[in-house]
Amino acid sequence: MTTRVHTRSPAEITLIGLAVVLSALILVVPIALIFAYALREGVGVYFANILERTTLHAIGLTVLTAVIVVPINIVIGICVAWLATRFRFRGRQLVITVIELPAAVSPIVAGVVYLFLYGGQGLLGPVLQGMGIQLMFTVTAIILVSLFVTAPFVARELIPLMQQQGTEDEEAALSLGANGWQMFRFVTLPNIRWAIVYGAVLTNARVMGEFGAVSVVSGSIRGQTNTLPLQISQLFNDFNVTGAFAASSTLALIAVVTLILKSTLESRGWQ
Amino acid sequence: MASRRSKHLLPGFGLTLGVSMLYLTIIIVLPLLAMLLKVGGMGWPEFWRIVASNRSLAAYRITFSSALAATVFNGFFGLLLAWVLTRYSFPGKRLLDALVDLPFALPTAVAGLVLVTLFAQTGWYGQLLEPIGFKVNYTQLGIIIAMSFTSIPFVVRTIQPVLEDVEAGYEEAAKTLGATGWQVFARVIWPTILPAFMTGCVLSFARSLGEFGAVVFIAGNLPGLTEIVSLLIFIRLDEYSYEGAAALAFVLLLAAFLTLLATNTLQSWQVRYADRST
Repeated sequence: MTTRVHTRSPAEITLIGLAVVLSALILVVPIALIFAYALREGVGVYFANILERTTLHAIGLTVLTAVIVVPINIVIGICVAWLATRFRFRGRQLVITVIELPAAVSPIVAGVVYLFLYGGQGLLGPVLQGMGIQLMFTVTAIILVSLFVTAPFVARELIPLMQQQGTEDEEAALSLGANGWQMFRFVTLPNIRWAIVYGAVLTNARVMGEFGAVSVVSGSIRGQTNTLPLQISQLFNDFNVTGAFAASSTLALIAVVTLILKSTLESRGWQ
Repeated sequence: MASRRSKHLLPGFGLTLGVSMLYLTIIIVLPLLAMLLKVGGMGWPEFWRIVASNRSLAAYRITFSSALAATVFNGFFGLLLAWVLTRYSFPGKRLLDALVDLPFALPTAVAGLVLVTLFAQTGWYGQLLEPIGFKVNYTQLGIIIAMSFTSIPFVVRTIQPVLEDVEAGYEEAAKTLGATGWQVFARVIWPTILPAFMTGCVLSFARSLGEFGAVVFIAGNLPGLTEIVSLLIFIRLDEYSYEGAAALAFVLLLAAFLTLLATNTLQSWQVRYADRST
């Protein structure tokens, strides 16, 4: 054991080498390829591709969806985590199971269940249509299905953390005369803020990148209900590979930022 | 809130219960219920005709076998990465640790686009592999590669913490008693990480069963050859065959429930393991 510090055994060198080479081939090369292909016709073409009308619209729609979905699922995540870790009640386990469900459901199935709720053939669709409300193939449908898909992310970071932290701090604050809001603002929130940021980062990455569920409910109307992943798929099907990679580079950049934030947050050691 | 006088010490029970129930019902439960009603309303013979049709059976077989192959690969690769990241120190280790999560951070459509380009005849990997007879794009190998890529982090992230917790003392003791490095791994470490390893494999398998974005780019989507269940659902929707889509979605949902059940069982096994070792 102690010798390992100074000299590496042949087994160790082999394993590290294998892991590094495989990871380079499987994880590093793909990222390099995105930027290489996006820029292969020059920087001018790259920006022209990004600024193309429908791609720009897709970027806008993707950002809009994230701006709406991420805050809602942060609030809900905190709510469910507070409920599930601070009280014992009948049905507590059920609440945890239900919020975990979307993580186990295939993206296509997520889209299909929304279709059967709000679609023309669905449970509420005909009623809504009678009232003149069309939800399917609109931006609202994209937002609803994104809320479904990312519902678990913040809650699943907060529940284990708050469980482990216990309730002593909060009870102390109350006994010192704090009201509920003060207790939450000055005791709970500082304890869980990094877990919230972490959950939000993961939620954002998934919202911006969701493909399967959104492709079922959006109708993929170019310049109207195309999010970035759908736009990438359409550009690729039009044989505009450079354009597809230019659009992908924006999402790849967000992925890289996500990894950096995640790594930084983990080294802060809140886990 | 009145709850301060009730059995709950902390405030907010009524508020968080109300908000949570409302949201979970509208966003998660109601849509799932709508689909179950659709399936329930179609009658057994109709349901069976769809889920047991030749095209469906071929899609299950392709999806299941590809997901299995992808999971086997991720089992080995995940174990290797987790081992290297927890046992050794080397330059670039933190970078490698961060990179492991790339498949979760990168949108699946982008992953699909990258893979199909890499393995194209003129692509970076394709031009090396095709001359020696490996055709990836539009074959089942492509599906397996897409499924593996999108589920790499599961096995690594489930065994990493357990591997970090295996006490060096046990390994030392085994070594002092004359065990070789391999014996220490097989007799001491492997049994400890087995439940976590299995959990990671089940999660990876479940994700692969449902993967859509990455696969559609590379699979070529030929019925009976490279058509996965998710894609068949999508095709049925395009044909306005909503019963067909609902029945197949139900099958995928059932598979997801079974894997969720398996993970819960495995996790309680893992907890028992942890209790016993302390």
